[in-house]
Amino acid sequence: MRSFIKTLLLFSAAISIVWLQGCKPKGTQSAVSGDAAAKVYVAPGKYDEFYNFVSGGFSGQMSVYGIPSGRLLRVIPVFSVDPEKGYGYSEETKSMLNTSHGFVPWDDLHHIALSETDGIQDGRWVFANGNNTPRIARVDLKTFRTAEIIEIPNSGGNHSSPFITENSEYVIAGTRFSIPMDNSNGDVPINTYKSNFKGTVSFVSVDKTSGNMKIAFQILMPGVNFDLARAGKGKSHGWMFFSCYNSERANTLLEQNASQKDKDFIIAVNWKKAEEYLKAGKGKKESVKYAHNTYDEKKHSATSAIETEVTVLDSKELADMVYMMPCPKSPHGCDTDPSGEYIVASGKLAATIPVFSFTKMLDAIANKTFEGEYEGIPVLKYDAVLYGEVKKPGLGPLHTEFDDKGFAYTSFFVSSEIVKWNVKTLEVVDRVPTYYSIGHLSVPGGPTRKPWGKYVIAYNKITKDRYLPTGPELSQSAQLYSIEGDKMKLLLDFPTIGEPHYAEAIPAELIMKNSQKIYKIEENQNPFAALGDKYARVERKGNEVHVYMTSIRSHFTPDNIEGVKMGDIVYFHITNLEQDWDMPHGFAVKGANNAELLVMPGETQTLAWKPERVGIFPFYCTDFCSALHQEMQGYIRVSPAGSNVPISFGTGKTDTTSVATK
Amino acid sequence: MIKPTIVLQKLIKLTIMKKLFRFFPIAALVLIFSACNSNTESATATETKDAAAKSGGQEAVQDDVSQKDVVKIAVGSKDHTTLVAALKQADYVDDLSNAGPFTVFAPTNDAFNKLPAGTVDGLMKDDKKADLQNILEYHVAVGVYKTENMQDGQKINMANLGDITLSVKDGKVVVNGTANIVASIPAANGIIHVVDAVLLPPAKN
Repeated sequence: MRSFIKTLLLFSAAISIVWLQGCKPKGTQSAVSGDAAAKVYVAPGKYDEFYNFVSGGFSGQMSVYGIPSGRLLRVIPVFSVDPEKGYGYSEETKSMLNTSHGFVPWDDLHHIALSETDGIQDGRWVFANGNNTPRIARVDLKTFRTAEIIEIPNSGGNHSSPFITENSEYVIAGTRFSIPMDNSNGDVPINTYKSNFKGTVSFVSVDKTSGNMKIAFQILMPGVNFDLARAGKGKSHGWMFFSCYNSERANTLLEQNASQKDKDFIIAVNWKKAEEYLKAGKGKKESVKYAHNTYDEKKHSATSAIETEVTVLDSKELADMVYMMPCPKSPHGCDTDPSGEYIVASGKLAATIPVFSFTKMLDAIANKTFEGEYEGIPVLKYDAVLYGEVKKPGLGPLHTEFDDKGFAYTSFFVSSEIVKWNVKTLEVVDRVPTYYSIGHLSVPGGPTRKPWGKYVIAYNKITKDRYLPTGPELSQSAQLYSIEGDKMKLLLDFPTIGEPHYAEAIPAELIMKNSQKIYKIEENQNPFAALGDKYARVERKGNEVHVYMTSIRSHFTPDNIEGVKMGDIVYFHITNLEQDWDMPHGFAVKGANNAELLVMPGETQTLAWKPERVGIFPFYCTDFCSALHQEMQGYIRVSPAGSNVPISFGTGKTDTTSVATK
Repeated sequence: MIKPTIVLQKLIKLTIMKKLFRFFPIAALVLIFSACNSNTESATATETKDAAAKSGGQEAVQDDVSQKDVVKIAVGSKDHTTLVAALKQADYVDDLSNAGPFTVFAPTNDAFNKLPAGTVDGLMKDDKKADLQNILEYHVAVGVYKTENMQDGQKINMANLGDITLSVKDGKVVVNGTANIVASIPAANGIIHVVDAVLLPPAKN
């Protein structure tokens, strides 16, 4: 009898599980409306309406999707080597990944910031942060290539970055991990966190014409964890708002110890004030070490310089520059609405969204409505700066984007949904499930003064049963929703690369008109270029053999090379003589320990190769270029050290060698 | 005893199914599945207010291999039927099936029975959903709090933003001075601490 009851109980549990799992609409099938397919269908040969620049997370790269089709258009290598494109492998691109720690071939790319003019996306550059070894990259949207990477000193990890001001004056970099400053003794016990660990936020200026970045100044901050940020806009232009957590300043088991206090902070930085202090010479020059890498489009190569100084402004000593607003429960997202009046903060462990008022904040500052100080920085009274709270919106709010009709869209990780609410009334007007556990979200133009609206895209952290199973790991899923009507409508589900964090979408016409088709061969200033077959040659310099090679449909010049000896390093400098859009040539040589080259029309790239055995080594073009692509090949002969085979080379000659080895 | 209509209906349904299941187990399963299918189809046709109103949860993911999440553990426990019914009524089944991590203080049926008569009945009414959600959120913290790391006097801020206070004596943990942690069960997405009293949230300021 006992066992019968036990069995019955088991059965009942089983039934209730089935009941719980099976007997309710499972979301997608039901949530997709009949015209969804038509809304995302981009006919063959037609273009998508928006470019979507999506962070590649732990892939270190940035991906570009077309919206609404969800088609992957491009993966741009940024912080990680990319053997497919030779990025980080070619001699010309290696320096892009140089840091004060040496060559760092990987990073964790979290956030995207498209350049802006007057608070509107201008389609010139897209910035991205390297979270692990603190860096900011700038990608040129004419070429979709990484043009510049700057390392951030006095930073333990660049998470709160690269959020941009409304005229691209600055991209910013707040340290996720506070640490002892670079020029202090870092060899301290970890449990001296509270006395030795500090935070910084860096303001990296962007040159109006060239886009070149420079660390204008850093602000020394209390040792908290900086999470996300957003620039003020319109009336709040000149301010930057950062979310932070771990105001407990715990150094272990943050899962518990950084969740002790009811409230952490949104930190408001008056950067115009900071500029005044900087001008008045209030900054302290500190000696640090950081790499600044730039890619020269004419020389087709990167240079890396190590910079040695930053100017630091101390938030404790310089009044009226930094204020703190209390914010419930480990705030994560920190987003400003298109008017610049509202600052939306999301306590990621909470079930409420506080919305702060910029006007009230200025009043509170003017009236000194402070509740106290935190590490010498005035803390404004919560009620004095609060516009209102979105009540019971869901669990675990993370990030907020805005549309062109006065609505906000907040992602909820814990409850796995997007909640639409009215920015003025703070009323929740709609909610849709995401599959599963959304992190960031993106509305085209959503972080700017001029949102384009139309869609919201969810970037989810967990996929599970959304796609055909591919073993223990699945591509992170993104979901596209229409926001044209009152209700959000699920349209499409598409896989992404790496783990997408933030993304931005921009109307296609703002970018496509500027897209570059070729590099002009007459502008090629690479010192190793061979600007025509007649310049193709092979030169020995000690144990270096330089091959100045050209490629054009469908041969290399030279394609027979002899005289290389064991112990030599061979540099293949490949110049692609094509002047035709989408006609790269690749180059690969047997046994190369690095990667291929993928050389754009008019460009020169170099592959270093150290032969490790005697023999004949074929090389060939890796990018299918023509009907005779398969014939686009050559041989290089490697002789023993001390061999008397002279350097010789040619294409189309049948007798290139004069001396046999034996 | 609790006799809210929804729970009662479900209990009756469950009893009928149990009987069916006992005698015609396969038939019963087929019935359940076919019922579910027709459900889904009709929902597709009407484009569901239901799904739109609910959050996106992983609770429908078919997976018998992975470690059970906090919801599946609760559902499998005969001592937590009231809690499970309450989670369903409050639409928290989806949320708690997600990645979390959660610490759930899970009052037993006996714990609910200790509340003044009619309390649970009242909370299970649709117009009291916000109150029920508030109480349930007071039982959930985002984060994993293991008993071995709990300290006397420690406060934990719960999902509804209210604090609970722990007291630790001779290795035994008591929540808010009233609820004993009688067992702890690790779950895929967090941990369940079984408690013998319902935690009542302090009045909101």
